[in-house]
Amino acid sequence: MSQLEEKRMKELLQSVRPPVTDLELRDDLWPRMLRELDWRHSRIPGLDWTLFAALVICVLLFPKAMLGLLYHL
Amino acid sequence: MERLERFAQGDVDAFESLFRQFQAPVYGWILRIVRNSASAEDLTVETFWRIYRSRARFDPQRSFEAWARRIATNVALDHLRSARPEVELAADLSNGPMPDPAIQRDLRDKVQTAFRQLPPKFQAVATLALIEELPYEEIAEAFNLSVGGVKSRVFRAVRMLRKKLKRLGYEV
Repeated sequence: MSQLEEKRMKELLQSVRPPVTDLELRDDLWPRMLRELDWRHSRIPGLDWTLFAALVICVLLFPKAMLGLLYHL
Repeated sequence: MERLERFAQGDVDAFESLFRQFQAPVYGWILRIVRNSASAEDLTVETFWRIYRSRARFDPQRSFEAWARRIATNVALDHLRSARPEVELAADLSNGPMPDPAIQRDLRDKVQTAFRQLPPKFQAVATLALIEELPYEEIAEAFNLSVGGVKSRVFRAVRMLRKKLKRLGYEV
């Protein structure tokens, strides 16, 4: 492929998908960022839910194991 | 203590200061790749969340902007991967000029279709190199590639586009 072909492709692409000229950010995104930080910090991770579910299943299947668990806590 | 060191140790004030300084360039970089201002805003917040989450791995001796741009690139690529073809890169008329009206609608549709079928990493590099005409060095740093790697990706993207357009009945 020649440079000419690349140039023709570039011109074709630019005519169909013009370069973005307005790159200005209109809003301050910090308030959104703060909400995101709060939300992500307050969210319980999926792994924690999985461990909790596993614990509940174990307790239901082996109720006597609760005694051993409580002993170790 | 320097701001970058404080950030790396989890200081939220240092993070806010960095956010306020770099939110606009990060947004601009993402916008160039995804070409939709609403998505670019969401992805800017996602980028800074990943930055905050990875703060302990950041080396304060290195450039924060270059690191942020690499993370922003990965976030934008994830977006291109997850976006459905029908909605990805939706025309965002508030940004940039309208396409050349002289170009026939049929051809425009074919080029758009062929472009959207490119794998995201080729789509992004081709957008930045061929449409936005950014320096290859800048693209290479953001994509963690060599300049030769960027050239190769552009070459392959153009070749794929030509093949796809040929299949759609248009010879470049």
